[in-house]
Amino acid sequence: MANLEDVQRRALAELASAADSEQLEAWRQKYLGRRGELTLYMRSIGGLPAEERPAAGEAGNNLRRLLEQSFAERQESVRQMELARSLQAEAIDVTLPGRRPVVGSIHPITETLRRIRDVFAQLGFEVFRSREVETDLYNFELLNMPPHHPARDMWDTFYISENVVLRTHTSPGQIHAMRAYCPEPIRVILPGKCYRYEQVTARHESEFHQVEGLAVGHNITLADLKGTMTAFAKQMFGQERTMRFRGGYFPFTEPSVEVDMDCALCHGKGCRVCKNTGWVEIAGAGMVHPNVLRNGGYDPVAFSGFAFGMGVERVAMLLHGIEDIRSFFTNDLRFLRQFGQLL
Amino acid sequence: MLVPLSWLKEYVEVTLSLEELVARLTLAGLEVAGIERIGETWSREHVFVGQVLEVQPHPNADRLTLPLVDYGRPQPLRVVTGAPNIHVGDRGQKVVLALAGARLIDGHSEEVRYVTLKPSKIRGVASEGMVCSEKELGLSDEHEGILILPDDAPVGMPLQDYLGDVVLDIEVTPNMARCLSIIGIAREVAALTGQKLRLGEPEMEACGEPASTQAEVEIADPDLCSRYCAAVIKGIKVGPSPFWMQRRLSLCGVRPINNIVDITNYVMLEWGQPLHAFDYNLLHGRGGQTPPAEKPLIRVRRAEAGERMVTLDGQERVLDRDILLITDGSGPVAVAGVMGGLHSEITDETRDVLLEAAAFDMLGNRISSARLKLASEASSRFGKGVPPSLAPRAARRAAELMRQLAGGQVQQGLIDNYPRPQPSVVVKMQPERARKVLGLDIGDDDMERILTSLEFAVRRDGDSWSVQVPDHRLDVSIEEDLYEEIARVHGYDRLPATLLRDELPPQHDDSSLRGEELVRNVLAALGLQEAISYSLGDWRLEEPLLPQEGLGTGDFVRVINPLSADRQWLRRSLLPRLLLAARDNFHNDDVVRLFEIGRVFLPVEGSELPEEPLRLAILIAGLREQPSWLVPQPESVDFFDGKGVLDELSRRLGLGLSLRAEPHRGLHPARSATVLLDGREPVGFYGELHPQLRSAYDLPDCRICVGEFDMAALIAAWVEHPQARPVSRFPAVLQDMALIVPDEVTEEQVERGIWRAGKGVLASVTLFDLYQGPPVPAGFRSLAFRLAYQLQDRLLSDEEVKQAHSRIARSLASELGARLRE
Repeated sequence: MANLEDVQRRALAELASAADSEQLEAWRQKYLGRRGELTLYMRSIGGLPAEERPAAGEAGNNLRRLLEQSFAERQESVRQMELARSLQAEAIDVTLPGRRPVVGSIHPITETLRRIRDVFAQLGFEVFRSREVETDLYNFELLNMPPHHPARDMWDTFYISENVVLRTHTSPGQIHAMRAYCPEPIRVILPGKCYRYEQVTARHESEFHQVEGLAVGHNITLADLKGTMTAFAKQMFGQERTMRFRGGYFPFTEPSVEVDMDCALCHGKGCRVCKNTGWVEIAGAGMVHPNVLRNGGYDPVAFSGFAFGMGVERVAMLLHGIEDIRSFFTNDLRFLRQFGQLL
Repeated sequence: MLVPLSWLKEYVEVTLSLEELVARLTLAGLEVAGIERIGETWSREHVFVGQVLEVQPHPNADRLTLPLVDYGRPQPLRVVTGAPNIHVGDRGQKVVLALAGARLIDGHSEEVRYVTLKPSKIRGVASEGMVCSEKELGLSDEHEGILILPDDAPVGMPLQDYLGDVVLDIEVTPNMARCLSIIGIAREVAALTGQKLRLGEPEMEACGEPASTQAEVEIADPDLCSRYCAAVIKGIKVGPSPFWMQRRLSLCGVRPINNIVDITNYVMLEWGQPLHAFDYNLLHGRGGQTPPAEKPLIRVRRAEAGERMVTLDGQERVLDRDILLITDGSGPVAVAGVMGGLHSEITDETRDVLLEAAAFDMLGNRISSARLKLASEASSRFGKGVPPSLAPRAARRAAELMRQLAGGQVQQGLIDNYPRPQPSVVVKMQPERARKVLGLDIGDDDMERILTSLEFAVRRDGDSWSVQVPDHRLDVSIEEDLYEEIARVHGYDRLPATLLRDELPPQHDDSSLRGEELVRNVLAALGLQEAISYSLGDWRLEEPLLPQEGLGTGDFVRVINPLSADRQWLRRSLLPRLLLAARDNFHNDDVVRLFEIGRVFLPVEGSELPEEPLRLAILIAGLREQPSWLVPQPESVDFFDGKGVLDELSRRLGLGLSLRAEPHRGLHPARSATVLLDGREPVGFYGELHPQLRSAYDLPDCRICVGEFDMAALIAAWVEHPQARPVSRFPAVLQDMALIVPDEVTEEQVERGIWRAGKGVLASVTLFDLYQGPPVPAGFRSLAFRLAYQLQDRLLSDEEVKQAHSRIARSLASELGARLRE
């Protein structure tokens, strides 16, 4: 008959050194299996004298419970170890490049236009679009520039015929918008492509985008224009930006101003971007000329309005530090993929 | 307009620092684009006005001399020079002496290079300084001889104090044409700084006969010439103008020529009135004779069609009725306000001068100038407006200068023919409205002070003012013009910044813009990069891709003044530029997926304006993904990559796009399709580029998938708010169905057939296998679909699924000749 104490000592020691499921199973067979030592012991109890049997049986059962419980605990811990081992076997170099999804993005001009639109949308401006091939009437005459007007020299123009031009600015849209909405008050921005007969250089493009703004109402002031431009610059370029109005000239506004912003790059100290002036020009603007209001159908005595125009490429160049305006039209993916945060 | 401060200061006291002045002018609308500091590098300790006391020969070199120069110090300085305009024996010339240590420009260098003058020995003679050329001083490129200063140059004065200056480069906008003159700018400075303009009426000292007896002036077309003043100056001697005048002209960018021409230019720069000097003795009288036989006749008239004349630049000009001429008794002598004639120009032999100061109509002058494609300093001023009041003043000023500087005798009086006097302009202004429109709280007195400082005469009559516009202000005619004057002189920096308080206008529908932006977002999410291309291009590049054959230049909108031949035509299609972009990108990239949304331009019969429909173009080519360590050799895209993009675009916008196989010009004939909306309305095309075009566009040898679509049609069909379909809680039963169908039956037909026959019990139908070849007989193919059967409200029984499945199979067999594959 086996010595139970001896069995218990050996069994627990061996269990503690069982390191995987195989060894665990072998252990279970050895002690708790059908031919296991404990089973054999229990069977041998029948050969004992009757008065010894109950105590021997109880001792055997106690040991069985102890071993079964120890086995379950050991089994769980071995399972955990095995899992950890198998997971460890799947170790990777986490610095390897990820699987790159093929994604596209919008063009930086579109992105900039969206930002501009969002800022003005908050101020109540909606988008109004109009054609790119315009009559001389809309591009010049209705904007207070009769034929041979000296101000026409300010726009180098592509002609389709004597009377038809590629719009040199988005300003013809002012007339279209006024004629569409008169006599309602107006707050619109007019984004779109414009064309100038101009040699293409790093700073000048013959095709480019503008955003025009137009507000017409009963109480629109030049101070409102300044406030609106200031709000725009701060939203677009940072709350710390400051604005400057200086005298300017556009035949379709009176008074006319140029809108400058302090150079974000050098903070007004003077650098290459601001040509050492500390200021960068971001828009031309002014109060809508009475003749233009009249051409749009509004009575200039009852209504006043302001208008502004800015170059979208210029804004994008300032925002992203782009130095060559031609980059926008090369459609070079190496350039385009740098932008498009909005998508 | 280049403005030397020294000249400006003759007319107005400059009380501000240079920086303040520049800032003030810029804010007031006279942008200072550049500041040149003349003589900034001439150190006061090293560069002086000197006088040659004597010139000795160089002992060792014939071409060198040794002038001794007094520069106001106890000891004059002996220097070595090779200047050809200094000779042994000379004395008395005023020169510029630079001492060792002076910073000068290297006279022998091509580019501008500064060097510090060092004491040296030239051919054995020590030299502690040098006499300088204009180039060495940075005054001009002249390096032939040294600069000889005027006799009255003060010996010993630092050159910086004598010749140093600051020149402002002021950008003058067309409305500020009055500032194309020193006096005009001075008037602005006076108003902006509260100073007085120092301007008297020019006077001339005259003698001899009345001018009116020595010439006559007729104006035949007073609408184009409202005033013509002439002075006659006799006995002049043509020669160089004095140093100070040449100097000022040079600083203003005008090349000195001779005293008579220089005086006309000088007075033009000073007053803004272009002048012209004729050789009096070459002008013909009424009978065609020249003086002294006859007194010259000046007649201002329109040219006859076909009339000819030779202008100063030696060009023969053919004229027409739109061009205004100055003629004499025999024919044209000048294109009025544009350019003089060659025949009567001032030469070295000229003795007597007829000086013209006239007022030509702004538009008329612009038309003349444009018609002849001829511009000049005169036309650039007349073309922006020159007030008639200037003519007599400028004539007197120039005549007097000719007396002083060319020894002429000014004949008495001016001939002043002024048939159309300038109307006096009075503008009514409401000060309250000015405040309201500007949004500026400015008092009546301040407004009046500003207007008065600009020489407006204000009569205050309660809340309506009468403002008399000074005759030099051709740009002011309405109340708002005065608001601008008030705002800019008051200072835009003092204008408050307020936010719009006016009522919000009604809002309008902008769904087309939202739709367009949605298409951008969807395509970007599907891996396409947005492109923006030029609208102007070459029609020949587009022609092979256009839907119809035989389109030519007449079908394109053409620019008549293109920048270059390849940017002459407005596009009819977005694809050519995308193909070129793909070509360029393939040099750096294997994955090229582009889209562009933009206008194309279609001429319309009988309309001067083209249609400008908005198009969408897509291009998908190259590898399906970037090669990487995970996928070293990705597959190339084919037709179905682009189709997938279209399917997804269609699904996201709720469009219901489908493809109908149809050849399209420029595309692979067996891999191209018309894209239909709701199976009916064509909205564009899609397919693989024809291999021949691929090489024509220099594209690599791979499938280039392209499509172009009408945005308006897509957006019109856009379902902005898709309606929800309930999702079933009950599991779907999946059943596969493999069909053998004749080749001419499309997959779409089979799929539609399945849906039709399985209506009500089907949740999805997915093609998962396509097979052709044995054992499938020739002329047939095998299509295998996975069908998901599902109801909203309960589980389907096996029996129901079985019945539906065989109903579908039967229906396909009878409708499409499809049979189940065993």
